[in-house]
Amino acid sequence: MATIVGGIGVSHVPALGLAMAKNMQADPYWEPFFKGLAPARAWIDSVRPDAVVIFYNDHGLNFFLDKMPTFAVGAAPAYLNADEGWGLPVSAPFPGDPALSWRIINHLIANEFDLTTCQEMLVDHAFALPLKMLWPDGVTIPIVPVAINTVQHPLPSIHRCFNLGRTIGEAIAADPSDRRVLVIGSGGLSHQLDGERAGFINKAFDTAFLEELVTQPERLSRYSVLDVVEQAGTQGVELLMWVAMRAALGGPVRQVYQNYHIPISNTAACLLALEPSR
Amino acid sequence: MMTEPQTPRAISGTIVFDGAEAMKGYALNKMCYSFNDAANRAAFLADENGYCNRFNLSSGQIEAVKSRNALSMIRAGGNIYYLAKLIGMLGLNVQDIGAQQTGLSVDDFKAKLLQAGL
Repeated sequence: MATIVGGIGVSHVPALGLAMAKNMQADPYWEPFFKGLAPARAWIDSVRPDAVVIFYNDHGLNFFLDKMPTFAVGAAPAYLNADEGWGLPVSAPFPGDPALSWRIINHLIANEFDLTTCQEMLVDHAFALPLKMLWPDGVTIPIVPVAINTVQHPLPSIHRCFNLGRTIGEAIAADPSDRRVLVIGSGGLSHQLDGERAGFINKAFDTAFLEELVTQPERLSRYSVLDVVEQAGTQGVELLMWVAMRAALGGPVRQVYQNYHIPISNTAACLLALEPSR
Repeated sequence: MMTEPQTPRAISGTIVFDGAEAMKGYALNKMCYSFNDAANRAAFLADENGYCNRFNLSSGQIEAVKSRNALSMIRAGGNIYYLAKLIGMLGLNVQDIGAQQTGLSVDDFKAKLLQAGL
């Protein structure tokens, strides 16, 4: 049977992509974040994933307000990155795994998640940057993208995203293949780009949220989405991706590695690696 | 069990981009979404008024774009994810507009971000 080998939570700040494009990872401003990648890559090598499921939020590359799905799952043989308008280099195509995609889709819909399914899906920096950071020579294992709306409120609740992740975890566990799946949650942590409160970062909230995410993630459902906006900023709601990632791992987990750093651009950046306790 | 939608509530210095905002800002955001395409960015830069009119921006939205002021664009219904494409095309980054929105210099805005980590 397929297994989930672990989970990664990681920020996708566009500036990280620009820093990589300019090869500035060792500069004093960037080094505190990028130094965290080596241990994460070494751990990934040790758990030998051969497929990835990534929770991310589209920032206006594939989806616009004309049709805005709450949850969208990719079911394509490959996923293309494209110009987002502000200068990030376009990545090479990413391989898909339609069989795993449909297993996840079928299981989710059987469990009353009403999805948008995508046989073509442009993937933006929130998808591409974590993969480029974790596989700097290019990712060759196939990927299933799961997009969660963070653009237009109302957003799905933490409780709903937890159940989404948990149900995807069940779908993987029921897969008769011997796939070894790594789950990624892309986004966060606290940050706000817009409004008079731009630049808002909340280290105390992030720290408490991360601790509960590891130890008792179901308790996070007490926060409404607006609570998260208030406590983590308008873009801090990307924490929904982390909740879904954590829930996919199921029961108790061991924190393998954490690197939290303020600031990267306007964001409290974090890299977290979790392994299911066995 | 029925759950009521969340009641909107005031969060200081923050606009929650909900259905009302999405309707108000539709034309402006649709124009900004078009800037994923380099040819459209060039067309805007060559003829800003003409390009805004093609997307049926309201006069208030056109004024907000002309002002290059992020708060004005947000108040006109702009969503930051789409506005980022326009802002980036104009050579500004999120720290420039962070400074602009908070009334700080860019250096002071960056210092505020550093402070948040201490």
